[in-house]
Amino acid sequence: ERGASGGREKGTVFTSDIISTVEFNHTGELLATGDKGGRVVIFQREQESKHQPHRRGEYNVYSTFQSHEPEFDYLKSLEIEEKINKIRWLPQHNAAYFLLSTNDKTVKLWKVSERDKRPEGYNLKDEDGRLRDPSMITTLRVPVLRPMDLMVEATPRRVFANAHTYHINSISVNSDYETYMSADDLRINLWNFEITNQSFNIVDIKPANMEELTEVITAAEFHPHHCNTFVYSSSKGTIRLCDMRASALCDRHAKFFEEPEDPSNRSFFSEIISSISDVKFSHSGRYIMTRDYLTVKVWDLNMENRPIETYQVHDYLRSKLCSLYENDCIFDKFECVWNGSDSVIMTGSYNNFFRMFDRNTKRDVTLEASRENSKPRAILKPRKVCVGGKRRKDEISVDSLDFSKKILHTAWHPSENIIAVAATNNLYIFQDKVN
Amino acid sequence: MFLTPVVPQWPFYKLDTMFVRGLKRKCFDGEEDIEGTLAGIKAIPSYNLQRQSLLDMSLVKLQLCHMLVEPNLCRSVLIANTVRQIQEEMTQDGTWQMINTQSTGQTSLDRLVSTDILCRSSREQAEGKQVPGYSNFNKDFEDDQTQDSSETMSTASSVQAPRNLQSNVWEMENPQENRGNFQKSLDQIFETLENKSPNSVEDLFSEVDNSYYDLDTMLTGMMSNTKMGHCDGLETFSSPTTTTSNSNCKSDLNELDHIVEILVES
Repeated sequence: ERGASGGREKGTVFTSDIISTVEFNHTGELLATGDKGGRVVIFQREQESKHQPHRRGEYNVYSTFQSHEPEFDYLKSLEIEEKINKIRWLPQHNAAYFLLSTNDKTVKLWKVSERDKRPEGYNLKDEDGRLRDPSMITTLRVPVLRPMDLMVEATPRRVFANAHTYHINSISVNSDYETYMSADDLRINLWNFEITNQSFNIVDIKPANMEELTEVITAAEFHPHHCNTFVYSSSKGTIRLCDMRASALCDRHAKFFEEPEDPSNRSFFSEIISSISDVKFSHSGRYIMTRDYLTVKVWDLNMENRPIETYQVHDYLRSKLCSLYENDCIFDKFECVWNGSDSVIMTGSYNNFFRMFDRNTKRDVTLEASRENSKPRAILKPRKVCVGGKRRKDEISVDSLDFSKKILHTAWHPSENIIAVAATNNLYIFQDKVN
Repeated sequence: MFLTPVVPQWPFYKLDTMFVRGLKRKCFDGEEDIEGTLAGIKAIPSYNLQRQSLLDMSLVKLQLCHMLVEPNLCRSVLIANTVRQIQEEMTQDGTWQMINTQSTGQTSLDRLVSTDILCRSSREQAEGKQVPGYSNFNKDFEDDQTQDSSETMSTASSVQAPRNLQSNVWEMENPQENRGNFQKSLDQIFETLENKSPNSVEDLFSEVDNSYYDLDTMLTGMMSNTKMGHCDGLETFSSPTTTTSNSNCKSDLNELDHIVEILVES
């Protein structure tokens, strides 16, 4: 059972620009969103309180800052969008939080820190900050830290620029916490957090003659535990696992995952719908999950020739591929996420629907993120799409689906059953009903 | 190696409804004729039309990429691969061929004119580039193809377009140059595409004479209409040809009037 958390007056539903990425930090205390306007909004979970137990789990705005600005590439006469493509958190070492945010070309490391004290009693300047006349100073005192209203500051600590000719689609923090990778359509670069003027190119699939280009990189991620291992997916529905110990340039994969094509389902759209839009390691590191246009697949790292599980997200769209090609929806890039225990996977669909698949029970559910259906404390009702024939009450027919309402980005709390769902410019946070 | 064509899967959505109704009529009326043409291939006329419209749509999409901020490379690659797939299949089943212009001396003057224009536009692009299958002339199909010569001509010349397109799509190093090339290729695309459409419609209404439509006026009409920035453009320009060649289809007059209005306004 899923309940909407928080009241409408604050917490759950926010209207801003179109949300382009959602990510919980490693403890789940913070939830970051990036939007098309280049802004990052961070939510913080309210602490449990004996006096207001029902407010446990509410996320409130913690910090808002402008991460990226629109830029102009003078060489190509093209605009560089400020849209935040991905946010990834670094694990916490001290009181401050660190996250990476990226647009198409530039990755930035942001430090988010709290300030709740300030020094008072300077010698050389007065309380307003104006310099004092030195001849008027007769005594010496030690400034004292006094409490102040909590202020959350975000400062850019590193800017990793000019390393990508093509659009960055993924960033991934390595388990060594010293390096991270950024992947664009044709190349993957490895960075050290401390060094911004250099990066190592570890994958390059750009052909010598661009006219021969038939495949691009669509997503990439480091293994959660093995800092030498990463995977990247392609527009042809393949996943390559690479080991950085093998060579500096990982053009040769250590493992190659591809499912043989089903000849009975072949059409001119087969390749497009096989293009992988997201790849995610399980928390355990044993599996990878991939999302293509119609399905989510779980692969065992030890088996390359086919996935171990395939889940149909919205197979009723299979007969509509031509329309979806015409209106470009077929190119929508849906993401997918694991829950904390890797037992449930979740991904979005159209009409503000999102789907969850329980890997153990093989049960699945379709839910909807919308204001009308999500009153505070309400239980989300499972939705059903009717494919043909008689439409039951409460079912929605395929032709009534709203393809402009797509849920591309979702996130799952690392340890609890709390999910964040981005529906265009609204953020929904749902959690398990607590008695 | 025998290649089965892909099974057409998609129904018509938002495509020119003219096609759908016309097809139904054709299927009912000309069922015996279907078996005679293009023997050995599973193709039904509707499949070829679907494939053609998909090709047209894809070519337009590739061009439209240039008009945006910076083309989404993944999308462009996937569309280009789709175009390539269609081309390969059309090459395999013989609908994609270059007919020797000398051998069609018997055709009407209009056909020769259209051939000349199409070949001229394709030669401007060619400059030595050989298209796979372009020069494959399968003599077995010569007789079958005489009635479709205009169609194959226009499909052949459109092969040139995507090749140039691809280099335009990927290489963004010389934007000014590419923009110039792009406008040229865009014009050529529109030229060839809109020349194709009347012949597709011709399949539907075989009683309509080829010389019915005035190629020059249509070309002029299209050139002034190159400012389309949306994929809806495909719908508006695939239909104008039907307005001129299709006095028989009264049921769709309202729709056609509407489309002609749009064209005239732009």
